[in-house]
Amino acid sequence: MSQAKVPAWVNVALIPLLNILLAFLVSGLVILAIGENPIEAAGYLIYGAFGYDEGIGYTLYYATNLIFTGLAVSVAFKGGLFNIGGEGQAYIGGLGVGLICLSLDHTMPLYVIAPLAVIGAAVFGAAWGYIPAYLQARRGSHIVITTIMFNFIASSLMVYLIVNWLKEDGRMAPNSRTFEENAWLPYLHELFSPLGINIGDSPLNLSFIWALLCCVFVWGLVWHTRWGYQLRTLGTNPTAARYAGIDTAKVTIWAMLISGGLAGFVGLNEIMGVNHNLLLNFTAGYGFAGIAVALMGRNNPIGIILAAILFGALYQGGAELAFELPTITPEIVVVIQGLVILFSGALEHMFKDRIEGFFIRRAVA
Amino acid sequence: MFETLILMLDATMRVSTPLIFAALAGLFSERAGIVDIGLEGKILGSAFAAAAAASVFGSAWIGLCFGIVASICLAMIHGFACITHRGDHIVSGVAINTIVAGLTVTLSMYWFGMGGQTPALVGDARFLDITFPFADAIASVPVIGPIYSNLLSGHNILVYLAFAMVPVTYWVIYKTRFGLRLRAVGENPHAVDTAGISVAFIRYRALIICGILCGLAGAYLSTAHNAGFLKDMSAGKGYMALAALIFGKWRPVPVLLACLLFGFLDAVAVRMQGVEIPGIGQVPVQAIEVLPYVLTVLLLAGFIGKAIGPKAIGRPYVKERA
Repeated sequence: MSQAKVPAWVNVALIPLLNILLAFLVSGLVILAIGENPIEAAGYLIYGAFGYDEGIGYTLYYATNLIFTGLAVSVAFKGGLFNIGGEGQAYIGGLGVGLICLSLDHTMPLYVIAPLAVIGAAVFGAAWGYIPAYLQARRGSHIVITTIMFNFIASSLMVYLIVNWLKEDGRMAPNSRTFEENAWLPYLHELFSPLGINIGDSPLNLSFIWALLCCVFVWGLVWHTRWGYQLRTLGTNPTAARYAGIDTAKVTIWAMLISGGLAGFVGLNEIMGVNHNLLLNFTAGYGFAGIAVALMGRNNPIGIILAAILFGALYQGGAELAFELPTITPEIVVVIQGLVILFSGALEHMFKDRIEGFFIRRAVA
Repeated sequence: MFETLILMLDATMRVSTPLIFAALAGLFSERAGIVDIGLEGKILGSAFAAAAAASVFGSAWIGLCFGIVASICLAMIHGFACITHRGDHIVSGVAINTIVAGLTVTLSMYWFGMGGQTPALVGDARFLDITFPFADAIASVPVIGPIYSNLLSGHNILVYLAFAMVPVTYWVIYKTRFGLRLRAVGENPHAVDTAGISVAFIRYRALIICGILCGLAGAYLSTAHNAGFLKDMSAGKGYMALAALIFGKWRPVPVLLACLLFGFLDAVAVRMQGVEIPGIGQVPVQAIEVLPYVLTVLLLAGFIGKAIGPKAIGRPYVKERA
């Protein structure tokens, strides 16, 4: 009721912006504390991320992974589920991509392998999300704990598979053989150069376009289908959802299948797009970063794209920053990420009540 | 065979110690209704603070104090978000883990410039092993000798402290007024509030205890078990402690047994590397390493017993107003 009197822009823009500014302010203080100038650091960061073609390419390449995991977290969030297992789902999704590429790259052309790899990533990622979802929906175990456990199980499984089965014969390095070139997703700079557009060499590849398509898909699915309505009802009020006759267990399981599948697409970008072989730990924390992206993007596809580009810029700019200012490590980006989760996630009510109160009082007066 | 068993149990005690501290820390927090995913971050933060302070001041005890203070600070951030501002417990825990993972490396680069490590700790900067009286004299006695002088004797003080914390926790949780209120806050905060007791104050105190215990776990890792801080050295111990807490169904003694079981599995995994078992062949190390997580999932799924947590866990308490 009181909600009605608060202008929409306050909740959509003002409060999120305030939370993020606070996160950046504290990050600036951290940089100040280690004896560097935060303004100068921000300058290097922005130049590194957006100042030249390759930098932009890298920024968008990192953003690709973050869009996938951000969408994964937000689809689950919409249904009131906390999928903390994006890391494991992405890892197993990469296994799916790798197996398709390894088995078909000698015989099939790219236009056969690529769709199969997309399916492989989705199916493997979804399968890894399915078990925790089933256990939550049918046996009442808590999804947060089971997805955490599944991250560790995924990690051990991948070590076992790669070291014992997929490793290249006679090599020490724990990764599979490099795929033939017809199983490589084309880089965007290669696609654009025949058109006379030069965008600088970077790992940015076709999966970025796929990530954008996934955003459209999620937007349509969550806001414009009957299932999406059920999902949002479940997330807002599970009791009401049950009374309305929604099969909540089924919605829960499907939400996690889609979430896991989306997270699995990280494998598409990393395995098929950039590394071209199956290797250990390629997920590098993107699953957890997806939580920050989803929180900052307010679980909205447009917001997630913006948040993913911002975090991609932090990853890329952070590398540049560490190069320019030797006392700063790229891990400063992880600190900023954590602060964003803290201020726009855990402390989201800190300003909200006061600011809303201010606008309500003003509307009454 | 007996020798091997003693060696493995000895390793079990060393590996279990941080798990016991952290799982008991989680027990205090979760019995009071606060979900603590942030155990991992608190252990890592304390490990760094303890190693850094120990190397600067040359004393393991000063290091331990710094570790505990760092861990309590993190617990208070968690409390500020979850108790005062009714934030999501899981989100807050993830935030703490992420911040600490980045901050420890950033600060250690700034202070020590050694690629995210602290300098190696020597002498008094580490907790050294304690040898029990007559350990050497009895060592040659069969059965009792190896048990006394190899298994029980020869650990550092924190190992013994961890085992001592189990009865202490039992006593605090089940036999004191504070423990009764703490459990009540985790089950039915409204009842506690009606009795005129502050829910928030009890939860904050539970988190301070949680911080102290995580601080001990972290200091053990960097100043007793290892000689210095390494990047990401907690390596999932906080999550495994969380698993042990659930596996032990939020009760001190079963939690201890769960920690020992997980520690033992770790010792087995190390021991089994490349060993052929007749009839089965080589068991992959990873298969043993994942057992704690698989067992916890099976338990949660109700396939082996049933894990029912505190009722009000993870829900913010909002005081009713007239």
